[in-house]
Amino acid sequence: MVFKPVTSPHRHGPLSTARVMQWVIAALLPGIAVLTWQFGWGTLINCTIAVATALLCEAAIVALRGRAIGFYLNDCSAAVTGLLLAVALPPLAPWWLVVIATASAIVIAKQSYGGLGYNPFNPAMVGYVVVLISFPLEMSSWLTPAALLAAGDSHASLSEALAVVAGASADGWTGATPLDLFKHGVNGQLVETFYGEQPLFSGAALAGVGWEWVNLAFLAGGLVLLWKRIFTWHAPLAMLTSLSAMTALFWDGGSSTSGGSLPLHLFSGATMLGAFFIITDPVSSAVSTRGRLIFGALIGVLIYLIRVWGNYPDGVAFAVLLGNFAAPFIDNYTLPRSYGHQRAKRATEQAP
Amino acid sequence: MRKVWETPGGIHPAENKHQSVGRPIGQLPLPDRLVIALNQHAGPAIEPQVAIGEQVLKGQLIARSGAGTALHAPSSGTVTAIEPRPVAHPSGLPAECIEITCDGRDQWIARQPLADYRGVERSALLALIAERGIAGMGGAGFPTTIKLATDRPIKLLLVNATECEPYITADDALLRERADELLAGVDIASHLLGDPAERVVGIEDNKPEAIAALRRAIAARPAELPAVELAVFPTKYPSGGEKQLIQIVTGQELASGELPAALGIVCQNVGTLYALKRAVVDGEPLISRVTTVTGRACAVNGNYETLIGTPMSALLAHNRLDPNRLARLIMGGPMMGIALPSLELPIIKTSNCLIAADASEVAPEQPAQPCIRCGLCAEACPATLLPQQLFWHAQSQQHDKLEAHNLFDCIECGACSYVCPSNIPLVQYFRSGKSEIRQQRADKAKSDFARGRFELRQQRLEQQERDKQAKREARKLAAEQAKAAQAASQSSADDAPADSAAAMIAAAQARAAARLASPEQQREKLERAIASSRARLERADATLAQSQSDGADAEALKPLLAAQAAAAQKLAQAEQKLADLAEAGNPATDSAAIESTTPADAELDAAGRAIARARTAAAAREALSPAAKLEADIAALDKRLAKLRDKLAGVRADDDQRELLAASLAKLEAKQQALHTQREAVTDGV
Repeated sequence: MVFKPVTSPHRHGPLSTARVMQWVIAALLPGIAVLTWQFGWGTLINCTIAVATALLCEAAIVALRGRAIGFYLNDCSAAVTGLLLAVALPPLAPWWLVVIATASAIVIAKQSYGGLGYNPFNPAMVGYVVVLISFPLEMSSWLTPAALLAAGDSHASLSEALAVVAGASADGWTGATPLDLFKHGVNGQLVETFYGEQPLFSGAALAGVGWEWVNLAFLAGGLVLLWKRIFTWHAPLAMLTSLSAMTALFWDGGSSTSGGSLPLHLFSGATMLGAFFIITDPVSSAVSTRGRLIFGALIGVLIYLIRVWGNYPDGVAFAVLLGNFAAPFIDNYTLPRSYGHQRAKRATEQAP
Repeated sequence: MRKVWETPGGIHPAENKHQSVGRPIGQLPLPDRLVIALNQHAGPAIEPQVAIGEQVLKGQLIARSGAGTALHAPSSGTVTAIEPRPVAHPSGLPAECIEITCDGRDQWIARQPLADYRGVERSALLALIAERGIAGMGGAGFPTTIKLATDRPIKLLLVNATECEPYITADDALLRERADELLAGVDIASHLLGDPAERVVGIEDNKPEAIAALRRAIAARPAELPAVELAVFPTKYPSGGEKQLIQIVTGQELASGELPAALGIVCQNVGTLYALKRAVVDGEPLISRVTTVTGRACAVNGNYETLIGTPMSALLAHNRLDPNRLARLIMGGPMMGIALPSLELPIIKTSNCLIAADASEVAPEQPAQPCIRCGLCAEACPATLLPQQLFWHAQSQQHDKLEAHNLFDCIECGACSYVCPSNIPLVQYFRSGKSEIRQQRADKAKSDFARGRFELRQQRLEQQERDKQAKREARKLAAEQAKAAQAASQSSADDAPADSAAAMIAAAQARAAARLASPEQQREKLERAIASSRARLERADATLAQSQSDGADAEALKPLLAAQAAAAQKLAQAEQKLADLAEAGNPATDSAAIESTTPADAELDAAGRAIARARTAAAAREALSPAAKLEADIAALDKRLAKLRDKLAGVRADDDQRELLAASLAKLEAKQQALHTQREAVTDGV
């Protein structure tokens, strides 16, 4: 026996960072499945390209930094970033768009700050915003959900999808997202009339054919992670609550300036993906439970502001990045009250 | 059932208690040698009271500290070594130990049981407990006497039977078999604390047999004894931490940095109270304890009545240790215990458990991954800290941030490290952060002290230099005056001294005129003079007081009194001058001339008078014969004696001063006597 100087504790719980990331990947699967069901092969192709790019970029930078590649790839965090981007980008997006987004996320947003744990911004959202600003046309080309394709039509086959990704036109399958359609189409009509004219809304139970299912799938995945205690309920609940509160505040019963209904805001766009997979990224969020409540609520408000009064139909990515900016500031004021102390301190408080 | 409160955080590691608690507390064969480490207790260093070669009996005191507690021979035999040996400390550094080679007879010293301790005075009982070596057996080995000797009002005696660490069952086993003796110990502690309103045993619900045994023992207690309550609460690590137990049982939080006595609570471990009972009622000093031996590397697991000083190797061999399976030997529990550097270490009073862990029982050593701030550590923290933030700041050694995040409220329970998915040794970072800050504070205190000392020394040197300067000037003046007096006595004509006096006066006038350039300067100068005179007066007072308190005789005090008087006079003069100046300056007329001449004239007058006085005195003294001088001295002494008697009559109220004055009087009288004798001799000689 070798007597080594080791310190307590001598036992360790079952959870590891890799296990956390694997749970996140597992919880993304329902969402990926529904996206594939509604929009075809594009999502799976996105996933493949993004994950491959993410792993390659991570490996390259880790090698450049002179670290052990296997050790860092094993934590699966690069794969998670790649997958999050893959489900956020439009299916059948050109391959280079996915590559640029993923490379930006891994190289610029994550590794240039020091890798896992040191990035102030959510890498996936940075990658998303880089391509959203740089390539608006490609980023606004979403597909028509399967249920709304003309009778007899179906989504691109795998070979067709690969051709589109490689550069062919996807014109036959493109269509607006519910948020996009609502923002640019409602133009002076009553919401009810508008919904009646648009099959994307009239055929939906909540908020847009196909999209509501995607959001419900991400919600389900998020609930699994909550149940597995991968993260706490604070940030997601705060975000959904503040988004709902904003919607309720400005909803006037359905005029053209009503800003969208509660189901539209909760179950379309990237709401559930953002609430359970993006703002719960612990690295770039606030740390205390109180801080996470404020962080989530702030992002919820920002999402509504950007969606309704901003230039972009969806605002999750920008809202999350703005929230990331605010996180250290929130942290300073939201230290918990420790045992034996009358009040909570501030992080910058000096000892008397 | 008593109400219990919930604490934040906490974890539920695998308990692994069943292996060691199946059989009754076992007895061990007497080892050949016992090694008693001297540094078993918190507090002052402990000194051997035996010499090498000395025969000792079981229970004989072999080492004690001044204020702390004592160590006893765990069995009879011979002291064979007093030297540094490896002890149960993670560093593996040797520390002073006493080795006893057992004679196998295990012969007790005469024991003095004390069943009726209530008849003994509290201080005597406390001394007895210290003498019998009772110290905290749950954690740090804090001398029990100090806790029980508190003079704060105590409302609650809290008995810690939580034993929240996995693997350890020593308290559990003790309670199952000896609950009545524990309650007797509770009664002793309660008596010493002035019988507080409540006595509560806090215990986790994973020890049903111990709880049942306690219930039976409580039910069997005579009704006239103060009531003991049970607080059973859900199993969660670290409920047994003192702060956590207080929160669970009372719902109160112990303020940061306070001792439980601040809330009127005293916490005692089960093992300690049992030892307390043995020490008082049975007269047996603390020489053994119940130790759990467990872990998969031992074929047999169980609890043993273990003599302090038993080599761990003997204990482990008795439990059929397989050295090839042993991955880590841990003293204490797996969460806070220490990994031992060797098997050949002695059991100490706080050795509640030995875990001979095989590879499956210890966390594999993995490199730490980056912190992803997942917050699991914050959820697990029983003190509601943010370990992830503490880690961040500890890494970059931002000590002020660490303190802002309440680092010092960390109890080092290890829950954060346990849950950390990135395998970061968080507690280790916090321990080292704490010691860095402590070191920094100590260094600062030291440098502050050194700086203060240096500054004082500088002041003292400057003062010495000033005093020397003043003395030099005084000597110079005296020499000049002596010269003048000599000149006066030598010259029959009065012209020369008058001339020289006139010259001196003229010079003084010139100096004064030169000094008095403007009223403002003058005022400043006077204020400076006042300040310095005041300082001098204060110093003189201080020196005088010091000398008086040191018991200096009157003769020695005289110059000091004179200095004080001179300083006081100077101050009065300076203040008078300033007042004059202010008065003169008040009328808005052109009074520069008056202002400049008045003080100078006063100075001139004073100088002139002093010179004249000195001259006459010197001349008169020169003119006297030795006998006349003697007479003059006697007359002066008589005058001083008379004065002193008057003064003594005036200060009857002040005892100290009167004593002093009486002493001076006696001295002066003696001197007077001496002078009289001298005079007689002189007269006879003539």
